[in-house]
Amino acid sequence: MSQFVAALRKDLLLQWRTRSQLVAVFVFGASALLLFSFAIGPNAAALREFAGGFLWLALLLASTLALADSFESEMAQHALEGLLLLPADPRALYYGKAVANLLQLTLLGAALVPVMVVLYDAGTARVPALLGIIVLGAAGLSAPGTLYAAMTAQVRARNTLLPLLLFPLVVPALLGAVKATSLLILGDPMGQLGAWTMLLVAFDAIYWSLCGLVFERVVED
Amino acid sequence: MGKGVWPFVMAGLGLALLAWGSTWGLAFAPREAYMGEVQRIMYVHVPTAWNAMLVLTFAFACALVSLLRGGWRWDARLEAAIEAGVVLSGLVCIQGSIWARPTWGVWWDWDPRLTTTAVLLFAFGGILALRQFVDDPVKRAVWSSVAVVIAYVDVPLVYFSVRWWNSLHQLQSTPETVSRAFHWPLRINAFGVLFLLIGLVELRARLAFLRREAESAPPPPVRVAEALGGVR
Repeated sequence: MSQFVAALRKDLLLQWRTRSQLVAVFVFGASALLLFSFAIGPNAAALREFAGGFLWLALLLASTLALADSFESEMAQHALEGLLLLPADPRALYYGKAVANLLQLTLLGAALVPVMVVLYDAGTARVPALLGIIVLGAAGLSAPGTLYAAMTAQVRARNTLLPLLLFPLVVPALLGAVKATSLLILGDPMGQLGAWTMLLVAFDAIYWSLCGLVFERVVED
Repeated sequence: MGKGVWPFVMAGLGLALLAWGSTWGLAFAPREAYMGEVQRIMYVHVPTAWNAMLVLTFAFACALVSLLRGGWRWDARLEAAIEAGVVLSGLVCIQGSIWARPTWGVWWDWDPRLTTTAVLLFAFGGILALRQFVDDPVKRAVWSSVAVVIAYVDVPLVYFSVRWWNSLHQLQSTPETVSRAFHWPLRINAFGVLFLLIGLVELRARLAFLRREAESAPPPPVRVAEALGGVR
């Protein structure tokens, strides 16, 4: 447990010291939101209807940048190898990194919400619920994302490979998050929010446990 | 007859069965009342879909064995199974589109089975790409096994989430029950594809194994293999 706390502290510190990177990723996500509206045209009703989907697509695209960055510094000068030789528990390293990524993506998602509200007129009164969905969706992206980032950071063509592996995998999480967000924005007359939230929770539970189990095999030499 | 010949025999038998079943299905089976001649694509489409799921399940099993016990034979089988799975999933999507156009009037429908197959195609295609880009054979074996396990676990999640999502718009039904007259060509072709698949996967696995041996040729591969607990 203390190893996990130390790993998490290290990753949060790393993210804090490269916060200009996070700002750049946010600007990338916000400009994606801006561009999506050009695909629809100035149709306020349609933009509002698709706002949830656009928010999550922007976050997904931005997350590949953030996730890839998170292992960049571990590969420089064999930092990860050094940590494993300490010996640090690979599972603690994985969960530290994954939780740090989860926090970063949650922050990113929360920061993109005002942009979405302004651009698409897609506000909701249920802010805590929306924040909860963002946490669950970000968890769905960061658990497999951290594992795959650990692999792709070590190979050629990493920028292509990470989205190639991650995008098909997170389809259920993306679907759940998009539907839940849309229901919060557009109203939920049929009471379906609970079911989509459960899908997200199930996805998170499976991948947070499975990826932690196999991470050791991915980084071993 | 040597031991190495059986995959060829298997593939040949598969091809013969496919020819028999397809001829039966195309020429002799009765015409389907509602869909007409288009329905005859079912005789290749359904067997392809069954075997696609089967070979991806085999890939999952290979990945588990490769992770837990190691051994280059299983890595070679894994590579062959992923490749066959990607080809079959791609075929399923193409055949499905050809059938959907005249039947439903659209090339694509967000039917859970169709969508899941497409997601699988991309997921396993990505894993094949990963294998291409990793030069270290040990890392390649471990990473692709991990990726296959993770992608396979996703299958039921994708299926149910898409079904849920789609049921809000419409529910497209496909005939679950097949009448007796259509049975036999379907069964024959299912075994035809299966035998062809087994033969081709075995041949492809041999090729992958030989390639890896050639890759690690300069130092004798025995010690590497021993360290990994594989190769007999």
